[in-house]
Amino acid sequence: MSTTLTARTSRRGSRRVVAGLSAAALSVSALAACSAVGAGSSSDEDAATADASGAATGTVTLVTHESFALSEGLLEDFTAQTGLEVEVLQQGDAGALTNQLVLTKDAPLGDLVFGIDNTFASRAMGEGVVEPAELSAAALADAQEYAVEGDDEGALTAVDYSDVCLNVDRAWFTEKGLAEPTTLEDLTKPEYRDLTVVPSAVSSSPGLAFLLTTVAAFGEDGWADYWQALTDNGLRVVDGWSDAYYTDFSGGGGGGERPIVLSYASSIPFTVPEGGDEPTTAALLDTCFRQVEYAGVLAGAENPEGAAQLLDFLLSDEVQADVPTSMYVYPVSTAVELPEEWARWAPLAEQPFEVPAADVEAHREEWLQRWTDVVTG
Amino acid sequence: MTLREETAAPPLPVGVPSASPPAGVPAARARAARRGPAQGRGPRPSLAQVLGWTVAVLVPLVVLGMFFAWPVVATVTRGFVADGALDLSGFGDVFARPRTWRVIRQTLLQASVATVVAVGLGVPGAYVLHRCRFPGRDLVRALVTVPFVLPTVVVGVAFRSLLVEGGPLGFLGWDGSLAGIVAALVFFNYAVVVRTVGGTWAQLDERPAQAARSLGASPGRVLRTVTLPALAPAIASAASLVFLFCATSFGTVLVLGGLRHGTVETEIWIQTVQLLDLRAAAVLSVVQLVLVASVLLVAGRLRARRERALPLGTRRASERVLRLRRVPGTPRGEGRGGDVAAVVVTALTVVALAVPLVNLVVRSLRVGEGWGLAHYRALARRADGMPVSVLDATVTSVRAALDATVLALVVGVLVALVLSRRPRAAVGRRAVSVLDAVVMLPLGVSAVTVGLGFLLALHRPFGLDLDLRTSPLLVPVAQAVVAVPLVVRTVLPVLRSVDPRLPQVAATLGAGPGRVLRTVDGALAARAGGLAVGFALAASLGEFGATSFVARADAPTLPVMVYRLIGRPGAESYGQALAASVLLAVLTAVVIAACERLRAPGTVSDW
Repeated sequence: MSTTLTARTSRRGSRRVVAGLSAAALSVSALAACSAVGAGSSSDEDAATADASGAATGTVTLVTHESFALSEGLLEDFTAQTGLEVEVLQQGDAGALTNQLVLTKDAPLGDLVFGIDNTFASRAMGEGVVEPAELSAAALADAQEYAVEGDDEGALTAVDYSDVCLNVDRAWFTEKGLAEPTTLEDLTKPEYRDLTVVPSAVSSSPGLAFLLTTVAAFGEDGWADYWQALTDNGLRVVDGWSDAYYTDFSGGGGGGERPIVLSYASSIPFTVPEGGDEPTTAALLDTCFRQVEYAGVLAGAENPEGAAQLLDFLLSDEVQADVPTSMYVYPVSTAVELPEEWARWAPLAEQPFEVPAADVEAHREEWLQRWTDVVTG
Repeated sequence: MTLREETAAPPLPVGVPSASPPAGVPAARARAARRGPAQGRGPRPSLAQVLGWTVAVLVPLVVLGMFFAWPVVATVTRGFVADGALDLSGFGDVFARPRTWRVIRQTLLQASVATVVAVGLGVPGAYVLHRCRFPGRDLVRALVTVPFVLPTVVVGVAFRSLLVEGGPLGFLGWDGSLAGIVAALVFFNYAVVVRTVGGTWAQLDERPAQAARSLGASPGRVLRTVTLPALAPAIASAASLVFLFCATSFGTVLVLGGLRHGTVETEIWIQTVQLLDLRAAAVLSVVQLVLVASVLLVAGRLRARRERALPLGTRRASERVLRLRRVPGTPRGEGRGGDVAAVVVTALTVVALAVPLVNLVVRSLRVGEGWGLAHYRALARRADGMPVSVLDATVTSVRAALDATVLALVVGVLVALVLSRRPRAAVGRRAVSVLDAVVMLPLGVSAVTVGLGFLLALHRPFGLDLDLRTSPLLVPVAQAVVAVPLVVRTVLPVLRSVDPRLPQVAATLGAGPGRVLRTVDGALAARAGGLAVGFALAASLGEFGATSFVARADAPTLPVMVYRLIGRPGAESYGQALAASVLLAVLTAVVIAACERLRAPGTVSDW
């Protein structure tokens, strides 16, 4: 009664199939050529040929995390000064970035990395992801203040830093007539029950920083007990920083309920209300962990000279003065002035907690495992 | 990957009512009619024909092989090869951890509960939204589909701000609980059930039910003994898909459940991205593959049953105007009790789906202490520190989605064409059924595994001096890989349902195979084409998982932009992120609604 299509044939018809397929293929390439996304690829090839000469001309590729940002025109200035075009690749957070570089170290994604922090610095150096470079920036001496322990050759260069601290909603505490907490221990007291929210140490870099704060504060043997006490006192752990700050925190503008949140010391100036002259939140400076962000020339980079020039540029006054407003971090350079609001409202911790990078690397998995066990009960 | 998908639709009597097998034709006879006596006696295929079909098979295999299979294999291999030797000790180690069993248990539990709830709510919804006619129906259908394509970043904000203590629904105490996650998974997947079951229900021949009624069966009994059994394959098929999406859900679980409710998917992410334990990640990827493959196998079986065994009527004849009050003159007990119940359940569900979306809009209008459009106006400006404005990112997204759609259509239609053939040799038929399952895999494999695979596998592929890892073309390619299964599942049912007599008649009248393909299969597939385009577009617009691995700084897509904005301090950034999310949701809804309109009369595709 019936037959399948393949059972009947004629040459003419079959050729149409082929013709149709090639027409489809052609139209794809034509459409792809029209699209902006498709058009960008040609510049990559130009870059590759320029890089091959090894001279500091052509393109330099910066590999960085999602939070990297500079004000408009800065990278263009770099191009004007050096003749080098900057291509930026950004993915994930500091941890994801470091791990990607480790996995691609035989064929690096670019020339310079920016955004490896002190919790991942040991891994990057241990895996040989970065190599020392000849630098000439004036701020280099300032940057060395923050050098990773054991990095004698300067494979990683500090560019900026920030303090991860607990923030409190002052208005909330004033309204309730409750004194603001000041120390880590305060959070376990009954009067602060159900008031604290922090991002997870497993899925968020500030979350990991806070875990390290407690490791530094209570020691290898004491930190798990502290977290147990926090959990028993109604601690809330959420996925990421934005979730904690905007959804759960009462002072973040999202209308949450909890007046104590883990954030940055630099979050404070952003809560100065329009027309007001004082921020509505404050940072607890005795609960801070110092996060330092490093840049380094990638081992096996196609354009190491260009990468070194770009690193020098990151340490220039121009960029150093820009990082507070564009990335909400403090410049390592002491030569530049902080924005006025920062000078007033974003003070740094005098004695931030620190854990040596090598210790973090050696214990990360074990600590995260123990932490997970405690907070998930 | 991160996307959800629809399923196959039933065959249709496309515009040729007499061509459809009469109601109640046993499955075996329908199958026999399809194969036909002429099989095996045709002339040998010509060289050009062989060449044509070879290309049709090779193009999808090369694209999916290069941009999906190879990257996945590269990632998993990396976990199992230590110092140049195969090392499978990871299995023992990983399975010895209580944590592994906890995430497997949690994955199965969440997915099962969410599937049961989604089906329980979705079946009445399918009836109301696909079997009944009422004003505004297309709008409601588009609305319930929006969550399916919303990026999880957006849903996380929309959902958590409702459930958080002190939020409008905080009294439920669902924040961070299993109930909260299940609610979100149902929110995402309700449309899958409605569309899959509704697509079949709209076509269901009403005569057996009418016969049962006139023989004295109560409406409840007709539903139980006639209608539901006829829908069972569709329901089972929808359930298996929802289960698949829930079991591989990543962002939703992470945002709403955190660690307490970690699943295999979130565990792969943690092991890969945070701990760099590729061995554990590889073992978990294999666990996930086994899980996904079994679900696909079951789904495939059920789909095959449904595609050949359903007694179907024409859509128009079986749709009816929704009446909740008894029409004067009709007897009591004409089944309106059931209608009322279905409408109540559906209305409540639709309201529940709308609440997070409305919440999102309301929050985006909040400016300081007052209300206004400031955040929307800011979308056209480039925020400090951002490489582009949100509008620019939207243009990038639309362009990338167009590229992805073209690629997904070419690959998907070729795959559907190949899958719709029934080769004479048993080995050929087997190959077709394997390909059928394989093209679905991109929906079930972790975006982390694929994204990482891009980095590992696409440097100088085939020894070419070409670094695809950083190519801007990779964004649309990654999106297309996820969209291909959607296209296949939309186009394939239409091709499979082509009545075997149509091409036969065409051939008898002197048309060559190419012409038959173009004028019969092509014409019918084109009707599903509009819908396939829509879903490929919507899926590409919202894709975040794989895209975030490859999106470049100078050209972020809209979901990546939302993600970056929401990660910055300040009420301004937050408000803009919400406004950008609304923009994305509206864009998606418009695409879906336009597709509802484009659907040619008589097209059965579920989507």
